[in-house]
Amino acid sequence: MAIFETLVALLIVIGAFFLFVGSLGLAKLPDLMRRLHGPTKATTLGIGALLIASMFYFALIEGDPSIHELLITLFLFLTAPVTAQMIAKAYILRSQQTQNALPPTGGRTGWATLDPAPADGSAETSRD
Amino acid sequence: MSARLFPHPLLSITVAIVWLLLVNDITAGQVVLGLFLGWAIPKLTSAYWPDRPLIRRPGKVIAYAFIVLMDIVISNIQVAYWVLYRRGPSLRSRFVTVPLDLTNAEAITTLAGTITMTPGTVSADLSADGKALLVHCLETDDAEATVAQIKDRYERRLKEIFE
Repeated sequence: MAIFETLVALLIVIGAFFLFVGSLGLAKLPDLMRRLHGPTKATTLGIGALLIASMFYFALIEGDPSIHELLITLFLFLTAPVTAQMIAKAYILRSQQTQNALPPTGGRTGWATLDPAPADGSAETSRD
Repeated sequence: MSARLFPHPLLSITVAIVWLLLVNDITAGQVVLGLFLGWAIPKLTSAYWPDRPLIRRPGKVIAYAFIVLMDIVISNIQVAYWVLYRRGPSLRSRFVTVPLDLTNAEAITTLAGTITMTPGTVSADLSADGKALLVHCLETDDAEATVAQIKDRYERRLKEIFE
């Protein structure tokens, strides 16, 4: 039992560390785009470690396996990139300086946040 | 197994499994309810999702998931190191353009999500014609190498899965 408890404690400490670093990055880095890197990444491993600790705790110590945690992980992986992208798009839309610094798309149109889709419908992605 | 009865077979299975995870209880009653939801929800919503992506090689999906999970762990450690030991302004951050070979909407969504979760990159925007991704790198001295890595490591595999 002591081994399992040590393992769970270790995972909680790892999780707490990465959550702290993610939040520190949010506070410390100088501009919005750099700040986005902290919460989108450091927190996924942080929360992941906490959820694995929770699964181990209920399966190995309480003897009552729980699989809810997998679902939390799945939803987190689905929602974190979407949130990050919406924040980035809002930032690009509001910051003239960032708009001027964007690299070219290499195509005929600009970035979707700033430019409308081409009228000829060529933006339609194929569906096989 | 006609297309009318099961417009999205894979979605039906996913809904059933997610239901069982959600109730956290695998009993005969919940399995039946999960299967019913897996049949009813795709059927009721199929009008809003006329086409479904074809997943050509399901085995490759699992391999891809493992590669992404590994990269998430590496990326967390790397970003944590940068946050703790580098002064913010000294990070050479910049936007790069990743030209896309993928044309499938679901494949591009997966790629954008993957880029955000993996080492030092966040996907920020898609070009209006859907042929390039705008990616922000936290620390890079060689933008071309970053783009080449994204294309080789993730896009090539997604192309095998979806197209």
